[in-house]
Amino acid sequence: MPQGDYIDLHIKRNGYRLDHHERLRKKEARAVHKRSAMAQKSLGIKGKMIAKKNYAEKALMKKTLKMHEESSSRRKADENVQEGAVPAYLLDREDTTRAKVLSNTIKQKRKEKAGKWEVPLPKVRPVAEDEMFRVIRSGKRKTKQWKRMVTKATFVGPAFTRKPPKYERFIRPSGLRFTKAHVTHPELKCTFCLEIIGIKKNPNGPMYTSLGVMTRGTIIEVNVSELGLVTPAGKVVWGKYAQVTNNPENDGCINAVLLV
Amino acid sequence: MSMDTDEGKTVMCLLTDPEGTHLGSAMYIPQNAGPLQLTQLVNRFLDNEEMLPYSFYVSDEELLVPVGTYLEKNKVSVEKVLTIVYQQQAVFRIRPVNRCSQTIAGHAEAVLCVSFSPDGKQLASGSGDTTVRLWDLYTETPLFTCKGHKNWVLTVAWSPDGKHLVSGSKSGEICCWNPKKGELEGSPLTGHKKWITGISWEPVHLSSPCRRFVTSSKDGDARIWDITLKKSIICLSGHTLAVTCVQWGGDGIIYTGSQDCTIKMWETTQGKLIRELKGHGHWINSLALSTEYVLRTGAFDHTGRQYPPNEEKQKALERYNQTKGDSPERLVSGSDDFTMFLWEPSVSKQPKKRLTGHQQLVNHVYFSPDGKWIASASFDKSVRLWNGITGQFVTTFRGHVGPVYQVSWSADSRLLLSGSKDSTLKIWEIRTKKLKQDLPGHSDEVFAVDWSPDGEKVVSGGKDRVLKLWKG
Repeated sequence: MPQGDYIDLHIKRNGYRLDHHERLRKKEARAVHKRSAMAQKSLGIKGKMIAKKNYAEKALMKKTLKMHEESSSRRKADENVQEGAVPAYLLDREDTTRAKVLSNTIKQKRKEKAGKWEVPLPKVRPVAEDEMFRVIRSGKRKTKQWKRMVTKATFVGPAFTRKPPKYERFIRPSGLRFTKAHVTHPELKCTFCLEIIGIKKNPNGPMYTSLGVMTRGTIIEVNVSELGLVTPAGKVVWGKYAQVTNNPENDGCINAVLLV
Repeated sequence: MSMDTDEGKTVMCLLTDPEGTHLGSAMYIPQNAGPLQLTQLVNRFLDNEEMLPYSFYVSDEELLVPVGTYLEKNKVSVEKVLTIVYQQQAVFRIRPVNRCSQTIAGHAEAVLCVSFSPDGKQLASGSGDTTVRLWDLYTETPLFTCKGHKNWVLTVAWSPDGKHLVSGSKSGEICCWNPKKGELEGSPLTGHKKWITGISWEPVHLSSPCRRFVTSSKDGDARIWDITLKKSIICLSGHTLAVTCVQWGGDGIIYTGSQDCTIKMWETTQGKLIRELKGHGHWINSLALSTEYVLRTGAFDHTGRQYPPNEEKQKALERYNQTKGDSPERLVSGSDDFTMFLWEPSVSKQPKKRLTGHQQLVNHVYFSPDGKWIASASFDKSVRLWNGITGQFVTTFRGHVGPVYQVSWSADSRLLLSGSKDSTLKIWEIRTKKLKQDLPGHSDEVFAVDWSPDGEKVVSGGKDRVLKLWKG
């Protein structure tokens, strides 16, 4: 390669050589063959680099050719194949997407065996006994203090009958008894008002579980028959666990999230 | 004919066939005569060569116990003449399927439609992955994968002679396949501008070999195509909204049901509108003809015999006349307005009966192969059974916990299969009007079900992308 501009200077001063354009044309024509010979003869890394470059050029050329071919014929806009194929009778209907309920019973059985549960609220603030119970004074002189009244939301089953008042140690006021909970499905993001079947576990202690007290973080069992879930074996699922997510004694209702 | 005469306790009975013609005159029948003895009687009177099975109905209730017990239970007077209607049942009996013989994977997206060929030897399925797949029934493995569609394959239809397979897609194209080799015949047929909702072939007894078929689409027209010419012959336009279902009737009339709440009848030589059937209040989802099963299977019956081409037309015509009988063809339409209408389209423009009872939209209606029953599948999780001739409500089959999408009859009309969104299939017995078999196993919604015409196998496909074959 010239290290100066003497060639250009000569051309500027004296004009082109008489056969300049002819030579240029012929050189360009031979360049194709030279390129091909170079690509075929080169060895080692140099050969590989040339091959890579040629391939990239070839791919690009093919693409542009295809693009030109396509635009020559008029066609309506191509629709991409979407996911979530539905048959013709469901096409014009909007349907809520259902979360899959696969092998749920198996997963639940395994978890029960392990004793561990993956819950949305793993840790809750512990509730002290004096917050949970209020002391009720009884007796003629109101000096006896062995009765307690629960101040949080409770669940008593449908077949509940109070013990005789003289012997009742824990009072569960009917105003704080709930039968239904607003349960949210975490994937569908919709809430259903479902009946409570029972209390599974209250994190504050087994005494509260047996009393049926529902505080934030309690695992309850709800009746999900209205959701229409079916196990792979064909059985209908009618009870599922949910965890309470609010403080029912403050809100007056129980909000829970379903454990899937 | 041996009939035990009891201590003189007889009752006067008159046997009539479903259309009302009397068989002989009123006669005394002993009170301990049950369905078996009555069958012998009827066979004798009709001079049948072989003992054909019959079922008996007294005032629309099936007679399963001896006549005497029935009289006592219902307190019918012995003085009056008892009218017993006899109905011939299919000679062969289909065994109910109860196990999944194979779960075949292959499709990459949900299976949207399945169909057995009319002879029951081949199976085709269309899916959301834009392929149509043919499956081998003997080895229960995939046979061919037919690629050619650009979008979801929404419907597949076999020609009644089993030689052609046609499929329609979401992009409005129709592809014709050679079922023996699994190849595309020619290029996809275009013409419709939106997705194809239904395909129906011309019956064999009207033209053999099978050439023409009609397709309905969301764009509001139905088109008649010729498979040998590979183009659209006639375009039936008239509907203002999407055409959801189309049927080619045995008398050469095409019925189309649409979202504009009307059903239109077209004649096939020039594509002119003959009649419009109005009455529904909302979209029409499904149409069914009383002879639909026989038109679909053509010349093939449960024996599985093959016929040479010139005999096919004859045999198909015989079977058609046998199923149709003397009465005109009946049409039932199921709609989004929760009701169905039973029409006799060649007779009158007014519906024969309005079938109410469903609490949600009716998705699929299907006549039984002998035309005696109508089954309707609805989104209210129930399947209802109606009398196919009068339209009278018979019974409801409850058991599903999700909307029921499709139903299918067994070839002898004794068993009914339903597939639902709750991923189960259920088989219902018509005689006892109860659940016969529950077929769970799918892990997601079941979109399409079909019972093979020879009654051996049931196939179901759905959102979980596998095809399940069930056997007895």
